[in-house]
Amino acid sequence: MGKYKSHILVCAGTGCRASDCEGIVSNLESALEENNLNEDVQVVRTGCFGFCEKGPVVKMVPDNTFYVEVTPDDAGELVLEHLVKGRKVERLLYIDPDTKERISDSKHMGFYKKQYRIALRNCGFIDPENIDEYIARDGYAAMGKILESMTPEEATAIIKESGLRGRGGGGFPTGLKWEFTRKAQADKKYVVCNADEGDPGAFMDRSILEGDPHSVLEAMAICGFCIGADTGLIYIRAEYPLAINRLKTAINQAREYGLIGKDILGTGFNFDVEIRLGAGAFVCGEETALIHSMEGLRGEPTVKPPFPAEKGYNGKPTNVNNVETFANVPPIILKGSKWFSEIGTEKSKGTKVFALAGKVNNVGLIEVPMGISLREVIFDIGGGIKGGKKFKAVQTGGPSGGCLTEKHLDIPIDYENLLQCGSMMGSGGMIVMDEDDCMVSMAKFYLDFTVEESCGKCAPCRIGNKRLYEMLDKISLGKSTEEDLGMLRNLANVIKDTSLCGLGQTSPNPVLSTMDNFQEEYLAHVVDGKCPAGQCKALMHYIIDSHLCVGCTLCNRVCPVDAISGEKKTPHVIDSSICIKCGACLEKCKFGAISVQ
Amino acid sequence: MASVKLPESKIQELKEVCQKYDNKGSELINVLHGAQELFGYLPAEVQEIIADELNVSVAHVYGVVTFYSFFSMLPKGRNPISICMGTACYVRGAEKVLDEFKRILNVKVGETTGDGKFSLSCLRCVGACGLAPVVTIGERVYGRVSADDVKKILSEYA
Ligand SMILES: Cc1cc2nc3c(=O)[nH]c(=O)nc-3n(C[C@H](O)[C@H](O)[C@H](O)COP(=O)(O)O)c2cc1C
Ligand code: SF4
Repeated sequence: MGKYKSHILVCAGTGCRASDCEGIVSNLESALEENNLNEDVQVVRTGCFGFCEKGPVVKMVPDNTFYVEVTPDDAGELVLEHLVKGRKVERLLYIDPDTKERISDSKHMGFYKKQYRIALRNCGFIDPENIDEYIARDGYAAMGKILESMTPEEATAIIKESGLRGRGGGGFPTGLKWEFTRKAQADKKYVVCNADEGDPGAFMDRSILEGDPHSVLEAMAICGFCIGADTGLIYIRAEYPLAINRLKTAINQAREYGLIGKDILGTGFNFDVEIRLGAGAFVCGEETALIHSMEGLRGEPTVKPPFPAEKGYNGKPTNVNNVETFANVPPIILKGSKWFSEIGTEKSKGTKVFALAGKVNNVGLIEVPMGISLREVIFDIGGGIKGGKKFKAVQTGGPSGGCLTEKHLDIPIDYENLLQCGSMMGSGGMIVMDEDDCMVSMAKFYLDFTVEESCGKCAPCRIGNKRLYEMLDKISLGKSTEEDLGMLRNLANVIKDTSLCGLGQTSPNPVLSTMDNFQEEYLAHVVDGKCPAGQCKALMHYIIDSHLCVGCTLCNRVCPVDAISGEKKTPHVIDSSICIKCGACLEKCKFGAISVQ
Repeated sequence: MASVKLPESKIQELKEVCQKYDNKGSELINVLHGAQELFGYLPAEVQEIIADELNVSVAHVYGVVTFYSFFSMLPKGRNPISICMGTACYVRGAEKVLDEFKRILNVKVGETTGDGKFSLSCLRCVGACGLAPVVTIGERVYGRVSADDVKKILSEYA
């Protein structure tokens, strides 16, 4: 970070940008100028700090004061108080929800205490658009070490022994995959980085690419050396413009420094990286579909084998890995396989990044050691459920995963355990739900997603999921019978067993897991015609308690469809044949006279 | 083939996009991205020119365009509204927000208002889950939107 005495780090991830972090940066810069500090203090835009709930985040270095929920208007005060007068701006410090004390160092916050950062090691610490800052934190040292002193076999062995498994969902051992691709005979091979990240509600890979793009480039080059490839391709969603730009900048800088390109570090090893844009199709995250998409075709999966390791991009052996998988590689090379394999559980080594979202207090990006419990993640790191509501379920694995409940909270998180409970690790989306969330609606939400994203190549997925969705819809309308529930389960299992690719094979998981874990809730819909969470509109009735209603006419005025009638100062009534169940009246009533049944 | 309605200069620009990718069929998706940036959408005519330039069939181009949700064959409104329907936003009430947009603008998802001012679409996760529910209008991102805010947001574009 050069000549400056201190730095102000401003989170410039997508989340904080939406809250005008650019305004903060420019106001900080002009405040520094006004106080003649612009020679001594530098404002740095970093990648995501993770604590998105409290964004935008501003951190003062070297004293590590962590300011939360900063607005552009606060910039002047931060410079004047913190830097000129040396006093902390108390009102912008994080307040511990339990002790109500103000905490200035993130180390002591519940959100950070149990985290362990390997993949996210640089996110929020460096300027992702400046290669020197990456290099200053051991960047490209792992590549240098390998190129200068190791054979591809030796380097692959380190990854193999570390126990690193794919973070894109499947959990396949990374070192083994590299070995397969290395052993495949061909004149040309490819390294592909899967940055499609289609799971709605997940933003791990995006944050890594935005916050630390060089770590992925370095790892791809290492992989290229190990498997004998000279070309790397990054397949990234077009919906991530910031990540794409930072990657482009990183690639150009690395080329300029001779860290990718021809004859890297004078060792004769050639490796260059190109970017390929996705175009909004979830199925393109599946590796065979991804490869077809890169070839300019419709992104439809094909049957494996042949695996990409034998026949991939342009028919050549191709090693596909996820962004987070790659981000783990350089530290493993530098610190050794033993260091890495001591973190985590017996079969799942290292850490996992999760995008914690939904009804938790601390929404954000977290990295935790494998083996931590869901309870620690949701309650210690996530700070518990929003608004003091009751925890109901947590969804992991996105549209391929399942909903876990109270009884699963204490199992150690790893690939095998999650599978055993009917969910899966997936890429790392973790959505927390409270008592107001209806599990039938949740299953329907994911099915709706699957139906839209199914590529349509095979019948079980194309037709089956549509029927599955319709059956769920029927349940949420209160028109199903118990017999239908049996058919629902049957069809779900058929789709699982007969679909061509991973999308169809896992798409019934949200249905099956909610049926298993929330059977009473399904029965309530089907047998009693009730939605316990009060989310299925067709099963709800808004009524006005005539004893509580004072006839203020407020509800009458807000009702968008004029379903409410009554004279002033006399109790009103709702005509349920007109009511569209929007809930506007309930929100407005000051007397608690309106309820849902 | 339909009669050419695009201005000659735009066609030239489109051909330059194709050339930038060496007129290679395997670069179709990159070319389509470039073309959509140029025109805002991908009408049949644009697809025909691309097919010609890359020496692939129009059916192939059409097949790819319709496969990917990022590509659109309909022009967008001057202020394209997107409601994030990612799980995090859904759980925090995005559906109510969407319903309110639909009600006020009187359009369905994927449609453009009669005056061409707004178009409404859903998207899957912009990755600002900390701000859920999220709505984007053009380049602007609105966080923690509730159904009550919709009117006020739209009035900014009066
Ligand atoms: C429907 C579907 C979607 C997928 N989406 C992604 C994705 O968005 N990102 C990803 O890295 N892997 C995704 N995968 C997994 C990839 O097929 C592949 O296993 C992975 O990229 C391999 O890398 P890894 O071993 O490092 O995990 C998806 C798989 C399926 C079946
Ligand atoms: S399972 Fe679904 S997404 Fe996969 S190939 Fe079949 S139709 Fe396509």
